[in-house]
Amino acid sequence: MSITRVLSAALLAVGLPVGLAAGPAAADSSPSPSASQDSGAPTQAGTSFRTATEIDQGQQATASGSTGDYLYWSFPADAGQRPDVKATVKLPAAHAAQTWQLDVYDGLRRRQACQYGAQTRTAAQGATSVELACVMRTVRAWSEPWADDPLPGTYYIRLTVVDLTSADLGQPVSAEVRVDSKDIGGSAAVDGSLAKPLVPGIAVTSAADDGASPATESAKPAVLSGIEPDGGWSSGWWSDRWVWTGIGGVLAALAGIGGYALTRGAGRPSRVPPGA
Amino acid sequence: MIRTHRLAAGVCALLAALAGGIAFPGQAVADETEQAAPKVELVLDVSGSMRTADIDGGTRMAAAKQAFNEVLDATPEGVQLGIRTLGANYRGNDRKEGCKDTAQLYPVGTLDRTEAKTAVATLTPTGWTPIGPALLKAADDLQGGSGTRRIVLISDGEDTCQPLDPCEVAREIAAKGVGLTIDTLGLVPDAKTRDQLSCIADATGGTYTSVQHKEELTDRVGQLVHRAADPVVTPVATEGTDQCSSAPTLKSGLYTDREEFGQQRWYKVAVDPGQELRASVSVAADRAVNADYGVLLRAVTVHGREIVRGEASGLGRTDVISTGLRYPKAESDDEDAAPETVCLQVTNSFSAASGVKTSPGLPVELTVDVVDGPSQASDVASFGLGRGWWLLGALVLTGFLAGLVWGWVSRWRIAVWRSN
Repeated sequence: MSITRVLSAALLAVGLPVGLAAGPAAADSSPSPSASQDSGAPTQAGTSFRTATEIDQGQQATASGSTGDYLYWSFPADAGQRPDVKATVKLPAAHAAQTWQLDVYDGLRRRQACQYGAQTRTAAQGATSVELACVMRTVRAWSEPWADDPLPGTYYIRLTVVDLTSADLGQPVSAEVRVDSKDIGGSAAVDGSLAKPLVPGIAVTSAADDGASPATESAKPAVLSGIEPDGGWSSGWWSDRWVWTGIGGVLAALAGIGGYALTRGAGRPSRVPPGA
Repeated sequence: MIRTHRLAAGVCALLAALAGGIAFPGQAVADETEQAAPKVELVLDVSGSMRTADIDGGTRMAAAKQAFNEVLDATPEGVQLGIRTLGANYRGNDRKEGCKDTAQLYPVGTLDRTEAKTAVATLTPTGWTPIGPALLKAADDLQGGSGTRRIVLISDGEDTCQPLDPCEVAREIAAKGVGLTIDTLGLVPDAKTRDQLSCIADATGGTYTSVQHKEELTDRVGQLVHRAADPVVTPVATEGTDQCSSAPTLKSGLYTDREEFGQQRWYKVAVDPGQELRASVSVAADRAVNADYGVLLRAVTVHGREIVRGEASGLGRTDVISTGLRYPKAESDDEDAAPETVCLQVTNSFSAASGVKTSPGLPVELTVDVVDGPSQASDVASFGLGRGWWLLGALVLTGFLAGLVWGWVSRWRIAVWRSN
């Protein structure tokens, strides 16, 4: 975002209507780690895609479970973000070596690749905790149906032990997960957009919203995923490409004037006779 | 610049109108129905071995009673809770009789805390451990209603009533009832008990916990009861067929089915032009399966041409393997173009060692969403806009050259005009 800020300042200096840059940038920029840290953060995890506990980005969610449980959370990720999922598992006092794994799935339950981060890690015998991380790819506003690029919508985190001795099964463990994301900005702004974010069950939810009377709203029906980032999904039209292109146009115009002036020389041409 | 701004605002308004105003026809109604009350049955082992005093100095039974009292106090409103015992009544040595010994201590229904607690207080460790029969009966107790159903089994020993394998029983119960989960807790379990209880949990997508301390037991049972109270979408049972022509037609919603090893399942979805089909499927491993596996979901036209596929494979311990696909159907110029029937084919490549039962099949969960189609990209970059120093350089250079040329041309024109 810093480049946008610099460019906005440049725009101000040139004396252009800065509304173009400032207004929508503030409204549409993706949610930064929210201020409401840890307040009301979930203290349990789901056990399947269907029951995944919804968390916000920047929230430190905790859960207690048993070794062998499959712990599920879900979080929203919007276009231009590069989510960074971190998990810490606190292991029981005595245990044999065991391997833990963090998987991220998108709203279509497709497994998402991690660019870096230790997605799988083996805790040595007696280790007190194991830390896992997954830095995903940048979420794009649009991709071809044949690609499995990350798209705006719900993402699922699955945390589980993948290799253990059977004696360790069922031992109490506690886990912490946290999702932050880096704003990649205009370099990831692609053309096209989805009509609806990739949120499972959104066709059913939006139909219900359309037909729901205010009276029935208190008895909210269960939804597969009711997730939304702080400030809603971005409309997708804004990117700092507008600023770059705008400044490019202005600079081109200035350079044009400069070039023209060069051919005319400074002031009145000396060869023009007085009175002409 | 101002024009650009206005255009952008217009685009924005248009997008908002698109997002808000358009209704989605033809949804599955099942998902929207009022959430029925969740039902939970606690199944407690009251066999003789519960007398062992090895949980924080007290007997296993005392720990269980205390846990039950605390859980009953903390049961959320709206949860229908029942208690069933196994091995509570028959003192004799006849295995046949002992294996029938399961009784409902408190019926599933709105909870009367005092009554339930009084009933729990009367329990004394007595007989056999008929886990299989108790699970069957518990499943009957929970019948009816469309809410989530959960059995919490607390036991300290393996089933003593073979050959009825409780693990098989659990799988069959899960196959019969949609949305039934069995969570198991082992009190100071030995290896055999642990294997059996974790097998029961895995068979139904539940969890297994081994308990060494009183507190753990209370916390865990409480957690499980609370979990049952969370509203969850109940899937609709459907049955895919082995070819597209006879497949059931699905609308937007959540579905379950069963699929045996190597079996194919076909479903149909109608997609209007300009709409996007989103489908995802997960196949659960509810029994001991070999360590490498996969799932394939294909969208195929009625004529058999593949449109798009989602595939996933994995290895190691897992609960499910899942994949999904998107198919945006292009807009049609024809106003009354008929919706296209898209066939969805689900196959799995799970395998199991010989001796593992193949039926009922593996649980399949299918989500279908038919939403508005995406606005297609006409360029790689957003609106075809540029970005970066190369762009600025190129524009400045072009502008400068244009200025120079313009200046020279105008000088030349003045010169020509003057010479004439």
